[in-house]
Amino acid sequence: MRGRRAFFGFLGKEVRHILRDWQTLLVLIGMPVAQVVLFGYAVRSDIRGINLAIVAPQPDAATASLASRFMDATDTYRVVASVADAASLEPQFRDGRVRQALMLPSGLAGALGRGEPVTIAVVTDGADPNTGSLMEASTLAIVRAWDAGRTGRRAGPRIDVETRMRFNPTLESVNLFVPGLIAYVLTIVSALMTAITIVREKEIGTMEMLLASPLRPYQIVLGKVAPYVALGFLDVVLVLVAARLIFGVPVRGSNALMLAESLLYILTALGMGIVISTSTSTQRVAMMAALAGTMLPTLLLSGFIFPVSAMPWPLQAASNVVPARWFVVITRGVMLKGAGLADLWRETLILAGFTAALFVVGIRRLAVRLA
Amino acid sequence: MTGPSPRAAGAAASASAHPAIDAVGLTRRFGLFTAVDAITFHVAPGEVFGFLGANGAGKTTAMRILTGLLAPSAGSATVAGFSVATEAREIRRNIGYMSQKFSLYDDLTVRENIDFYGGIYGLDDATIAERRELLLDRLGLASRARALVGTLPLGWKQQLAFSVALLHEPRVVFLDEPTGGVDPITRRRFWELIYETAAAGTAVLVTTHYLDEAEYCDRLSIMVDGRIAAMGTPEDVRRDAGVATLDELFLRLMRPGAAA
Repeated sequence: MRGRRAFFGFLGKEVRHILRDWQTLLVLIGMPVAQVVLFGYAVRSDIRGINLAIVAPQPDAATASLASRFMDATDTYRVVASVADAASLEPQFRDGRVRQALMLPSGLAGALGRGEPVTIAVVTDGADPNTGSLMEASTLAIVRAWDAGRTGRRAGPRIDVETRMRFNPTLESVNLFVPGLIAYVLTIVSALMTAITIVREKEIGTMEMLLASPLRPYQIVLGKVAPYVALGFLDVVLVLVAARLIFGVPVRGSNALMLAESLLYILTALGMGIVISTSTSTQRVAMMAALAGTMLPTLLLSGFIFPVSAMPWPLQAASNVVPARWFVVITRGVMLKGAGLADLWRETLILAGFTAALFVVGIRRLAVRLA
Repeated sequence: MTGPSPRAAGAAASASAHPAIDAVGLTRRFGLFTAVDAITFHVAPGEVFGFLGANGAGKTTAMRILTGLLAPSAGSATVAGFSVATEAREIRRNIGYMSQKFSLYDDLTVRENIDFYGGIYGLDDATIAERRELLLDRLGLASRARALVGTLPLGWKQQLAFSVALLHEPRVVFLDEPTGGVDPITRRRFWELIYETAAAGTAVLVTTHYLDEAEYCDRLSIMVDGRIAAMGTPEDVRRDAGVATLDELFLRLMRPGAAA
């Protein structure tokens, strides 16, 4: 077919453009891994040396045994106070000398011995949401492990741990960075690069020639974006592998679903890039538009860094039209909760809807001859 | 230039057979604004037709309609025998187009640019290879085939852009201000290429700002506010208007009220 030949000729040219600009290519491949490392260490290093206070009104064997678990975990915890009354901690909590308090009930050993339900409270400084959730999770894990390993533990009610986040009560409990990072990287590779590559044809004056050739508008768009689909996909794999190897971040759900959803989001981001490219005429403007229109919302409104539920309602409403927000929900679901399509079909459908709309608008606007 | 060249006479003879471009009452409106207002003209195979007019006079819009980039609001036109309204795809296979920015990729080599053009017009590899060698020889670019186009002097880029626009042997070639920014000697050389192309039977429609170049055309039209204000051979146009140079006529047409 002549049409197909023409298309593959065009696709070949696009691949050449990308390979020839090897510096940009290197950035696009190296950046995701660098981001994983940067974000990973920035998030991880903060949960070392948590200043912990242990509140035990009536110290006994059980409280001592639990406290020793925290004292032994010297990498993570510094037990800075052991007090009988939480009230005395308030000023230290405010100025950060204490970041977390483990509040044990009176008569812990006795209650556990009788098999009665007990409640332990964990109060955490949530001023920094990411750190707060990590501190909380870490402490919970230690209490549970201690509970599970107690000698003479009876079947029956387990220890109930009540958690409370100070200063930021609506904090979302699980907030790992990798899902959001994937959205962010894909937005850069797909939306930004697509916008730039298409606008480049306009800027150097070749777009009119292409439109006046037998190539159809959709072939031009397809040829332009196909290499970036491949590049975006490669980046997803790189981020997942790097996150796993360096930080042990797992994909709890299906890998295939994870990759399929990423592919869908790559297409969404490409759609945004195409729409931006049709409304701008220079690479510089296209880049600014992509930064302001896609990358900032992805960074700020997707829940990647700031939890959506903690935003004022106008921003929450605005976040609904940020495709990355839905993609972050999907990736968190698949990666962290092991969720399947049955749990995520709604978000997937929304993303697919965005994608279809963006492609229709983009190709229509590019096909100026139909104006 | 004085008197029609033998080549132009030959072109005129075949004009009645099958016009390369035949526009009748061609009109394009954008909302209330009429960019192209019922223009009628035809271009014969092998003819060099100049398309003149100030910026905003409607030449670009007319050219976009004729290249199938824009649908007409009224009137009709055929290019290479195909209707712009219904056969835009056929038209695009049979025309060449070169923009004022030369439509080449600086980050690709000379050879890659040529092969790319051949490819998007659906030529097979053997044909592309054959025409590429011919082209490189004719332009004296054989030794630079592997050089990036970005490293070529402007004049060579221009000639290369024109040659690749002809690679698929179109019946009509559209040149949108093709000689901007190059020196007079290079321009002269470029016009020789245009004449060679026309002599081979290809119709050439060229827009230009340079009025001395308009004199090189077999026939020309001057557009003012979307209409054709003057048309004919350069001599006819000058004689009808009673002016010594096209410059004079052009300035008179451009000044509102002065034409009357």
